[in-house]
Amino acid sequence: MNNFQYSRATDVADALSQIAADASAKFIAGGTNLIDLMKYDVEQPSRLIDISHLPLAKVEETTAGGLRIGALVPNSDLAWHPLVTERYPLLSSAILAGASAQLRNMASTGGNLLQRTRCFYFYDVATPCNKRDPRSGCSAKDGINRINAILGTSDACIATHPSDMCVALAALDAKVHVAGPNGERAIAMVDFHRLPGDTPQRDTNLDPKEIITAIELPAQGFNTHYTYLKIRDRLSYAFALVSVAAALKMDNGTIRDARLALGGVAHKPWRNPEAEAALNGQPPTHDAFARAADIVLHEAKGFGHNTFKIGLARRVITRALTQAANGTPQSQSDKKIA
Amino acid sequence: MTTYIGTATLRVDGRDKVTGAARYAGEYDAPDLAHGSVVTSTIAKGRIRRIDTNEAMKVDGVLVILTHENRPPMADSDKAYEDDVAPEGSPYRPLYDGEIKFNGQPVALVLAEDFETATYAASLVKVDYDEQPHVTDLERQLGNAVALDPPAKPRGDAAKAFATSDIKHQADYSVPIEHHNPMELFASTAVWHDGKLTVYDKTQGVQNVQRYLCGVFETKPDEIRVMSPFMGGGFGSGLRPQYQVVLAVLGARALKRSVRLVLTRQQMYMIGYRPAMIQRIQLGAKPDGTLNAITHDATTMTSQYEDFHRNETTWSGLLYKSEAASYAHSLVRLDLPTACDMRAPSAATGVYALEAAMDELAVALKMDPLELRLKCYSDSDQSTGLPFSSKNLRECYSQGAEAFGWNKRSFEPRSMRDGNDLIGWGMATGIWEALQVPITVRITLTGNGHAEVACATSDIGTGTYTIMAQVAADMLGLPIDNITVKLGDSTLPPSPVEGGSWIAASVSNGIVTTSNAIRDELLKMAQAMPNSALKGALADDVMLTNGSIMSKKNPRSTVMVADAMRHAGIERVTQEKATKFKKGGKHAHNTHSAIFAEVKVDEQLGVIRVTRLVGAVAAGRILNLKTAHSQVMGGMIWGMGMALHEETLVDHRFGRIMNANIAEYHVPVNADVHNIEVIFVDEQDDIVNPMGIKGLGEIGIVGVPAAIANAVYHATGKRVRDLPITLDKLTRDA
Repeated sequence: MNNFQYSRATDVADALSQIAADASAKFIAGGTNLIDLMKYDVEQPSRLIDISHLPLAKVEETTAGGLRIGALVPNSDLAWHPLVTERYPLLSSAILAGASAQLRNMASTGGNLLQRTRCFYFYDVATPCNKRDPRSGCSAKDGINRINAILGTSDACIATHPSDMCVALAALDAKVHVAGPNGERAIAMVDFHRLPGDTPQRDTNLDPKEIITAIELPAQGFNTHYTYLKIRDRLSYAFALVSVAAALKMDNGTIRDARLALGGVAHKPWRNPEAEAALNGQPPTHDAFARAADIVLHEAKGFGHNTFKIGLARRVITRALTQAANGTPQSQSDKKIA
Repeated sequence: MTTYIGTATLRVDGRDKVTGAARYAGEYDAPDLAHGSVVTSTIAKGRIRRIDTNEAMKVDGVLVILTHENRPPMADSDKAYEDDVAPEGSPYRPLYDGEIKFNGQPVALVLAEDFETATYAASLVKVDYDEQPHVTDLERQLGNAVALDPPAKPRGDAAKAFATSDIKHQADYSVPIEHHNPMELFASTAVWHDGKLTVYDKTQGVQNVQRYLCGVFETKPDEIRVMSPFMGGGFGSGLRPQYQVVLAVLGARALKRSVRLVLTRQQMYMIGYRPAMIQRIQLGAKPDGTLNAITHDATTMTSQYEDFHRNETTWSGLLYKSEAASYAHSLVRLDLPTACDMRAPSAATGVYALEAAMDELAVALKMDPLELRLKCYSDSDQSTGLPFSSKNLRECYSQGAEAFGWNKRSFEPRSMRDGNDLIGWGMATGIWEALQVPITVRITLTGNGHAEVACATSDIGTGTYTIMAQVAADMLGLPIDNITVKLGDSTLPPSPVEGGSWIAASVSNGIVTTSNAIRDELLKMAQAMPNSALKGALADDVMLTNGSIMSKKNPRSTVMVADAMRHAGIERVTQEKATKFKKGGKHAHNTHSAIFAEVKVDEQLGVIRVTRLVGAVAAGRILNLKTAHSQVMGGMIWGMGMALHEETLVDHRFGRIMNANIAEYHVPVNADVHNIEVIFVDEQDDIVNPMGIKGLGEIGIVGVPAAIANAVYHATGKRVRDLPITLDKLTRDA
């Protein structure tokens, strides 16, 4: 870990002016990922700007009937917030599927979006990694890639985004509110994270001089037919091999609005509009679910150790859609899969 | 006389541990303490061409950066680096020269005024290498394996007996590299007192480390004292001195001041590990389940410089009745650190292979797996022919099966179901040795009824303090609160390293020996008193109880210990006695267990849950039901990890471990652990040692991986023979 300066931001404007003044500074809130990365010398910020005291820790109802979640709301508070558990249980469930209680207590909503990949090579500065050190090469493609991506990969990078929460946010069509030197803007959650392409060092479309201020959820919360099904190598405290957020709006036995987002398979939460469209207007049958899965995985590509994820994802998608259609969401405390 | 022995006595050090009063090796402070940080190699084999420390030295607060080029002198013979439990070979010498023998090897030690500065400066040290081709892949190096002497003489013609058997089973079973991952990081604090050192070290053997350091630094024995009063888990990783203790002492000698060095979790993956191995088992049987032949061939791995190996195949030779048996063991040398002992070394792995194979044989025989074990039950060690001093495995099978409900098992795989879950029931046998080592115990008893019990053994977290206090309290007839236990200090009476499940038996019998000497001395004093109530009593006819010396024949004939001492004009008696255990007796000494496992496996997704585990253990006298239960339960959970989770991943292109952290090296978490039942089966053993103690450290894990693997087969009909059983292996044909 390098030596660094520490300063505390007094308000959003102060945070923005501080980050503008130092290109190698970083914001710190919960620090649950950044501190680890600093210990591994993966991140070496010249300055940590502590934003944890900014007034961004509220959950408020919007006039559009949705929710506005401050960027500093701790993951635990968000997961157990009554408006979230009642109206957006998919989000609550996805958060509770991730990390441990202690980490969720520390981690912030905005920070959760900015988690970096858990690819083994990204974490080990002794090995080449294009995400950490552009143009040094990707060690994962021909290396130990059991946890790596099967969708949207590039020659430069096959890393995955590790968040559970983001998968639910993507399914729910959330928006990310950010502030920057040129004012405020909103980025659709599905556009927030990037595919690696030839710039895997950039995880998101957030400008380095911008700060996340809030997440906005639309009114439609899918609180009846939903599930977050996460498959991993032990029953808790492990990143997803494959996870699926499924949400359905049902009308007399017909799917009217289907949402399907995958975690653990790509550089971003993975949604496929075609697959969702194929479900709309259909009865919730195994065949319909399998067709949707086929569309999602049509272009999936394995790299050896992780090739099993393609078949696994197909089965997890159909199971998750079954859980959602039946109104039997996966419990995150009872590890039996419904 | 047993007020405490055999009860669930609370840990005597429990309060100190939960309040933080118990200090660990990296927690000792000293005036003017300097802090170290280690720079490790990023290649697996070659030579250091150049180390550039310029940038690092510019950091304010850096004191010195030691490398092989500028370090203080160290011994230059292999002998000097051989610790008490070193395997054959040429031991690794930290910072000795520029040769790189494994990836992650220490190449520089940065010493600074504080930990943060040392850590930062370490990241600025640049090392250039002349790299050479390395080999780290066991499977690809099988052709270069060297044969080792087989552990026991083969019996009969196993090849022929196998070939002519009606029912045959043959398969290969593999286990990956695994790491101990004790909670406490490896750490040493070397406290400098004018040229002499007190070294607080994380170790399972203070005297081993003390002798080793005296060899490496060519010092007199009284110049280095090693202390390790508490240890946050060892599991075998602390049997040998690790490199941080050498570097801490090297740093202290360079600076002539005290130094603390704590390894990172990542660095702890570059010390010892359980070797990966491939084991071939052949079982030949008659249709009624009688075994004709057992063969067990193991190939394990070690470093290029030391031949570490344990006898995986021993267990197949001794456990079951079979007329013919043969074994082979070969070793592959790789560019990795030397492998080392890890909980139940050779048995956790060897018995896994044997017991998974026995399950497959039972399937081939269409026989209940438990019935097959009973059919092959042996009352003698099959390798030596010696009868067991005690073996209550039959009762383990019976009580374990009863608690589990084994008789309700349906034979066919995939025949039990609960919704999406396939249910499987599996079982396996466990076995370990009841070992004993020579040990010396000193006891000082004062006239006011307090005693200090001292021995240079270790409590690696298992409860040694507590059992020593229990045994001493009962032997000396005192309340347990009046007993002070001293251990983990190289100046105390001699003890070998703590390992192999041998300390409970050894130190307890050692306390008995020394307590008897105290009793004898007190009896003489009592008999010297005028009109002594114990006049003419023989030593074996009296005992110490309630602060008195009492005739066992006539409990009203007593003399107060305080009175006897007062009459003799002394305030305390001290005895120090060595206890030896006979070797080469007429019996085999082993502990046994029967493990029963229930798994539920999601049929489509392959997610495995171990919903029930029952372990019935026969291990002689159980000294403390509470610590014994914890120890066996911990071993069973570890067995679950071995079956389902644990695997160290090496990228063979770099010869480097890639999941060197406990986020990505998976061990079971609370959610994985459901119902675990531990049963201690009565087993009286008057032969193994006077106390009838057989040890519990290893037996908990043995058999568990196979029981779970067998349950997974019973649930799914799929046999995964390469641990861990991850869901991709289970669904790989789906």
